[in-house]
Amino acid sequence: MSVLPGAAAIAGIGATEFSKESGRSELRLACEAVLAAITDAGLQPSDVDGMVTFTADTSSEIHIARNLGIGELKFFSRIGHGGGAACGTVQQAAMAVATGVADVVVCYRAFNERSGTRYGLGQADRPVDVSADRAAYSWMTPFGLSTPAQWVAMFARRYMHEYGATSEDFGRIAVIDRAHAAKNPAAWFYGRPITLEDHQASRWIAEPLRLLDCCQESDGGQALVVVSADRARDLPHPPALIWGAAQGSGNDQHMMTSYYRSEITGIPEMGLVGRQLYAQSRLTPGDVQAAILYDHFTPLVLPQLEELGFCPKGEGKDFVADGNLELGGRLPFNTHGGQLGEAYIHGMNGIAEGVRLIRGTSVNQPGDVHNVLVTAGTGVPTSGLILGADA
Amino acid sequence: MSDHGSGAHSGEYEDRLQAWVGRELLTRRFGQDPVNVPMIRHWVEAMADDNPIYLDESAAREAGRDGVVAPASMAQAWTMRGYAASVRPDGEPTGMDELTGLLAEGGYTSVVATDSEFEFERELVPGDRVSVEEVVEAISPEKKTGLGAGRFITTVRTYRDAAGEVVATQRWRLLRFRPAEKPAQEPAGKPAGKPEGEEAEARPLRPRPAINHDNAFWFEAAREHRLVIQRCADCKSLRHPPGPCCPQCGSFAWDTVEAKGEGHVYSYVVAHHPRHPAFGYPLVIAVVELTEGTRLITNLTGVEPADVQIGMPVVLDWIDPDPDLSLPAFRPADADAKER
Repeated sequence: MSVLPGAAAIAGIGATEFSKESGRSELRLACEAVLAAITDAGLQPSDVDGMVTFTADTSSEIHIARNLGIGELKFFSRIGHGGGAACGTVQQAAMAVATGVADVVVCYRAFNERSGTRYGLGQADRPVDVSADRAAYSWMTPFGLSTPAQWVAMFARRYMHEYGATSEDFGRIAVIDRAHAAKNPAAWFYGRPITLEDHQASRWIAEPLRLLDCCQESDGGQALVVVSADRARDLPHPPALIWGAAQGSGNDQHMMTSYYRSEITGIPEMGLVGRQLYAQSRLTPGDVQAAILYDHFTPLVLPQLEELGFCPKGEGKDFVADGNLELGGRLPFNTHGGQLGEAYIHGMNGIAEGVRLIRGTSVNQPGDVHNVLVTAGTGVPTSGLILGADA
Repeated sequence: MSDHGSGAHSGEYEDRLQAWVGRELLTRRFGQDPVNVPMIRHWVEAMADDNPIYLDESAAREAGRDGVVAPASMAQAWTMRGYAASVRPDGEPTGMDELTGLLAEGGYTSVVATDSEFEFERELVPGDRVSVEEVVEAISPEKKTGLGAGRFITTVRTYRDAAGEVVATQRWRLLRFRPAEKPAQEPAGKPAGKPEGEEAEARPLRPRPAINHDNAFWFEAAREHRLVIQRCADCKSLRHPPGPCCPQCGSFAWDTVEAKGEGHVYSYVVAHHPRHPAFGYPLVIAVVELTEGTRLITNLTGVEPADVQIGMPVVLDWIDPDPDLSLPAFRPADADAKER
């Protein structure tokens, strides 16, 4: 059996406020979040010897280490593919800790995604070069297919066609996210729930996606501290043990536009992540009491439920309509409000909520949560975690 | 299948038009005044350009010049004929007048400037005498644009100093077009009820494809209005988007086949926000599955967004947003049948 399951734990979480205009540099946001996570873990900056972030992050680990007095680093790594990287950073950290390469690894992501470079505006006017990554956009942007909402809408339309899902089915995801955010003081949409009627009345962004199907754009930073399970038990908070940590890239994988597969209603890379998570943790979907599912756009939550084994293929809409994702339901979901409701921090704030659910400190704590499943970005090579409470 | 590339003209007309390529439209002519400070002052005030090197001798020297220099973008201004000549043209027709007449004969009676690209060789200083000459570089086949069917006329203007040394070159492009009687068929939809006048605004260029060794062949074929599909030269499997290696058999050898241009809508998006100025909205973007089996991202023409359906049979059309970019689009096959 792998050395990974249960070897490491998330012992600290820290974030900046989530806003639309931080008024500070991305590096400063990263430093604030990292320091807050180290403090939450009861550690000192000098204890940190490893750091992991996204290739998309603009603040290299050396800048943060230098500014915070972290000192020497023995392990540093970066994960690509936008929001798909989120849980992958924790996998890197857990592997480093499990193999003894590093003792205290901080995962972080910080950006001014609303006041600075907005991903939602699309790729159309980004500089052109001859790299394979840039050339991949040649099949999209000249036709006007440029934004994440449009990329997801192409999958959503086909999903509706094959399974009879409707705009209301997508809207129910937004309503749940916003209901949870409404009770979370850290959420941008604190105190502002929506109804399904509000969703249906919101304007089209990229049909079949409405405004309220799209997550917000945010400024902010989030960091997580990973240490060995043994060390975590000596630190202030109950450890969130990492029972499963997996990445997945599917067959014929593209960045947000895997439209060339024999069918495009599933998310095979998420299925690959899910199978690894259950194999590593020796758990089944029935052992999972809560889920934090990546929700940059509502439609791709439904096939995630299917790929992760919570319901049969094509029945995600029924699983949601039956109330399973609500606080009293079978699988309370996005208890922080998700990226639609709390903040879009590229999935890292969802991992922090997974930790709070294990600690029992979520503002929407649904009772005892022994295991929580967390996913990263959909449409891209992705990743996932199963976090669990200490026995 | 439509063939917009050749237009409705005879080969004879095309030959007369193409005979202009390489010909001089304007023989070397000097501007009326040498480069001078008063005109520079008017220009930088009008442009609100407060760079001091244009008017302040000491600032110019600090910036490494021998004295004040003219703004580079004034190159064209030094050779303009001035107001009087523009309202009282002398009787002698220029090459440009002749070419304009020939284009009008082909129905291309309207004009819009689309591009101006400058290359500057040296900075001009007060006292310089500047001349200009102009040669036709290219005349495109008839292209379907948002304004109407037309041809892009590319000329090169060479600016020289008194000694004959080149100081700047300008690649200048006009679209001479037949004004559309109704709003031209936009790839992808126009908002219902939008005033027709707005439709005729020239749009910025569509986002450029990033061209590299692996995809250049496809965009080059598209410029000739050929939709090609990459094929493994060994196992003969088709693939799109293209790549250097066959995922079926590992071969790096490949060729292409030309698509029949028939398929169906596999999925589609109607884009509303954000709006990129190169496109009309709502914009229909589709994934079309070709009868050959590969899929591609494309635009739909000749169909209202509300009428698009998954499974709808479509046939190949072409859009030519600008002289350097032609893209495959698809239109409903039913409409095609009705036209015939």
